[in-house]
Amino acid sequence: MNFFNILAEPVGVSHYLLVGAVLFTAGVVCMVIKRNALGVLMGIELVLNGANINFIAFGSPVLRGESTVSIGLDGQLIALFVILLAAAEAAVALAITLNFYNNHATVDVDRAEDLKG
Amino acid sequence: MNTGFAITTGSMFATIISVANINWHGMFFAIFALAACAMAVAVVLTDNVVRMAFYLVLSLGATAGLFFLAGAEFVGAMQLMIYVGGTLVLLVFGVMLTAQAPFVSMKTPQRDWVLASILAVCLLAVLVQASVGVDAWRTAAVSVGGGVQREAPEPSATPLGMALLGMRVDNDSSGIVTPSIRSGYLLPFEIVSIHLLVVLVGAAYLARAKRRRTPRAVETAGQSELKEEVRVAS
Repeated sequence: MNFFNILAEPVGVSHYLLVGAVLFTAGVVCMVIKRNALGVLMGIELVLNGANINFIAFGSPVLRGESTVSIGLDGQLIALFVILLAAAEAAVALAITLNFYNNHATVDVDRAEDLKG
Repeated sequence: MNTGFAITTGSMFATIISVANINWHGMFFAIFALAACAMAVAVVLTDNVVRMAFYLVLSLGATAGLFFLAGAEFVGAMQLMIYVGGTLVLLVFGVMLTAQAPFVSMKTPQRDWVLASILAVCLLAVLVQASVGVDAWRTAAVSVGGGVQREAPEPSATPLGMALLGMRVDNDSSGIVTPSIRSGYLLPFEIVSIHLLVVLVGAAYLARAKRRRTPRAVETAGQSELKEEVRVAS
């Protein structure tokens, strides 16, 4: 009932948190379930994006509710850093994936067992 | 006739006024939120890696729309430019470079789907419970559509740039309790810039073309040239 009440309310922080939760869950499942290494990378992007939505929501001047606690501009700054670090992470991970593809002629992460004990 | 015209005009005006009373913020939030969530789920559900990349583009673009709606227009623009314009182009290049026939669509075993759906349901239940559970997060600052005009958020690009330079100029005049010490972000900014440089060099080093065969190729080429010369000389 708590959940269905929220659909009738004006847009607040909780709505953004719900979207972030769905994106985070989709990203985790994507990381777990995909066999393609690039699919795992896309799951990581989804997880980072869900976290970014939460930062923006908590720092938003529009959504700030009756509560008097807000992280203010820090949320947007942290979101910017997350975006930059995600770009860096994607570059390195893609380079590793291409190297793996060159050496093993596959992108299946289940076949990457050179280090298996 | 005249009164009928007046009545129709009046009803048209009423329609226009009711259109103007539509909660545009809520409507656009619903559109963008549904697009982001549906495309994220589509990324998980499809097996084709090319379609996954396309759905991811749509999901991240809708997320940028959510950022605009939350008053973070600079972060939304950066999301479009860096994420959708840079990172995803990189991913699409990766997809194109590795899109051999057996890797375009890789099926996941059925038991993995069962385990992953259990994990997804548990995680989503916890997260939803946490996000709707706090009452202070549920009320917006100003109710839109109820006759109260939402005050336009001030542009955030200048305070963001000043904060990245180490100075905080965002005012706390709105009665919001903030941490007493608000630090600038000059040091993280420098660290991130060095980090991006190192990542650029490292990625170029990791993804370079293999040079191992090149000396041998040059060697054999040189030998064949020598043979050619010997043949010509003889």
